[in-house]
Amino acid sequence: MSIAHPTDAAAAGSPVATGQPGFGPGRTGHRPGRPANNKQGRRHYGTHVFLIVMAAIWLVPLGWAIFTALRPKADTDKYGYFSTGGAFNFDNFTQAWTQGGFSQLFWNSVLITVPSVFLILFFASMMAFAVSRVNWKFNITLLIMFTAGNLLPPQVLAAPLFEMFKHFELPYALSDSGNLLNTYISVIAVDTAFQIGFVTFVLSNYMKALSPELTEAALVDGAGVWRQYWDIILPLCRPALAAMGTLEVIFIYNDFFWPLLFIQSGDRLPVTTAINNLQGQFLSNYNLIAAGAMITAVPALVIYLLLQRHFVAGLTLGSSKG
Amino acid sequence: MSVSTNPSARGRKAVAAPARRVRRLSRRDKVVLGMMVGIPTLIQLVLVWIPTLMSVGLSFARWNGLELTDIKPAGAENYQFVAHDYPPFWPAVQHNVLWLAFLALVATPLGLLLAVLLDQNIRGTRIYQSIFFAPVMLSLALIGIIWQLFYNRDSGLLNFLLGTAGTPQAVDWFGDSGVNIWAALFAATWRHAGYVMILYLAGLKGVDPTLREAAQIDGASATQTFFRVIFPAMRPVNVIIIVITVIESLRAFDIVYVINRGTNGLELISALVIQNLVGEGQVIGIGSALAVILLVISLIPITFYLSRAFGKDKEA
Repeated sequence: MSIAHPTDAAAAGSPVATGQPGFGPGRTGHRPGRPANNKQGRRHYGTHVFLIVMAAIWLVPLGWAIFTALRPKADTDKYGYFSTGGAFNFDNFTQAWTQGGFSQLFWNSVLITVPSVFLILFFASMMAFAVSRVNWKFNITLLIMFTAGNLLPPQVLAAPLFEMFKHFELPYALSDSGNLLNTYISVIAVDTAFQIGFVTFVLSNYMKALSPELTEAALVDGAGVWRQYWDIILPLCRPALAAMGTLEVIFIYNDFFWPLLFIQSGDRLPVTTAINNLQGQFLSNYNLIAAGAMITAVPALVIYLLLQRHFVAGLTLGSSKG
Repeated sequence: MSVSTNPSARGRKAVAAPARRVRRLSRRDKVVLGMMVGIPTLIQLVLVWIPTLMSVGLSFARWNGLELTDIKPAGAENYQFVAHDYPPFWPAVQHNVLWLAFLALVATPLGLLLAVLLDQNIRGTRIYQSIFFAPVMLSLALIGIIWQLFYNRDSGLLNFLLGTAGTPQAVDWFGDSGVNIWAALFAATWRHAGYVMILYLAGLKGVDPTLREAAQIDGASATQTFFRVIFPAMRPVNVIIIVITVIESLRAFDIVYVINRGTNGLELISALVIQNLVGEGQVIGIGSALAVILLVISLIPITFYLSRAFGKDKEA
């Protein structure tokens, strides 16, 4: 539990912050005495040079991909990839979109991500409520089991899960493979199971920091456990739920491995896993590959721009996740 | 084992309360609570822990993955095969160790350095943060593709910058088995350093500013203040960073799989597991033995983390 509290205070507006010593008001304003003002100025100058160089290095791979994606193949063939000759347009993007079947791939990603995130938040918040608000013998044992499960490398459970799903027979009306392989259910189920541990851990820390009087009062009014959870605790957890929701959307959208293992039909893959096939599909048309890669990056970058606070809050709230 | 749910100072008043609450639970409440705990626990057991145990079981068996009745006990055969007769195994172990060393000695310190520099309220700090953090939003598979475009022998930027493009000296950075692990590590660092940076930025904001003042009044230099006072004060963040760094290097998979499925210089234990599960032979036993080796190594950082995260609760 020491994990969450030093880092999340500012970001998530967590109740944990109220209990922290040393955050006295007015502290942040005056920085420690600085008689050597010009020395500090010079150090900042060096810092800026270093940061600008690093930032440039950081932007190069992404910039190169965008640059390549914006140029028609014919022009790069004519002038070379390392040149500025020829036209710049979005033709590669439209071509990659239709040729790669991106509308289908994005829809697949939505079909996997949306149910997974809701199930994760739902189950994890119930579990977190039970282990943090009620004193029960196995609380810590369960919490350890949940947290440890999230830290395992996915490859450790790959074979048994694959075989379990293969031998789980379903009528052909429900699944054209006759089992759970090649279905979204398999990916959603495993994503949910794998992420519940992390979210439970973070939410239980958050809930522990809420005052116990909140539910005491409800209890006096005769509210049952479910009402305490749904009407009192959950609304108070909104900042944490928003942070975890944003984080999980990115995690699951970015998940490469589980769809790779469970889904065989290329047209059912979510975007992130499908980009593995782009290189074969677009042969050595690097302009198209670059455009496809950039299309794939867009949702993550949009979420980053719109919900950056929640995402960073989510990372720092728990951050037990790799 | 007696457990108080609120062991810290934050929940002072709560210590006595939960016990009272338990007695007041109606039967209906108990059923509801049972469901709230039972369903997630069942999901977790069936889809995470039982498969993990099955991996252990299958690692001592011979099986082609077809009929369940074909599973034959094999003793430690799979492990012997992996250690003695499976050429990619030891290179994979070396690569995993290299991966860990590189993240721990290059990527993580770089992230810490960026965090320390950006914590000084310098101009444009938000822009810098956004730039360094952007790759963290991208999947490692996508990062593999983006860097592929950069590293490509004939069309990549790197060889143009080095002036070797189009000449016989041009290096295929992801294809040449002598250099591709290093190329992949730079791509992985691109993401890892930003991740470490954002966690340390939050950690640095959480350090009591009076600590810094006190150290400077005592005449400590900026470097001394950081290493002797600030860094140790961030212990909880340090624990997380250590665990993330170790776990990430064990989990490394997506990026090498996108490049060449984890072959030809990019062997990693995680990739070997998958190569043995899918594809031609379907040697589940060998794949499972590799998975168990990965599991046993991962238990080291996991136990370390859990003892830090939950140790205090137990003593309380």
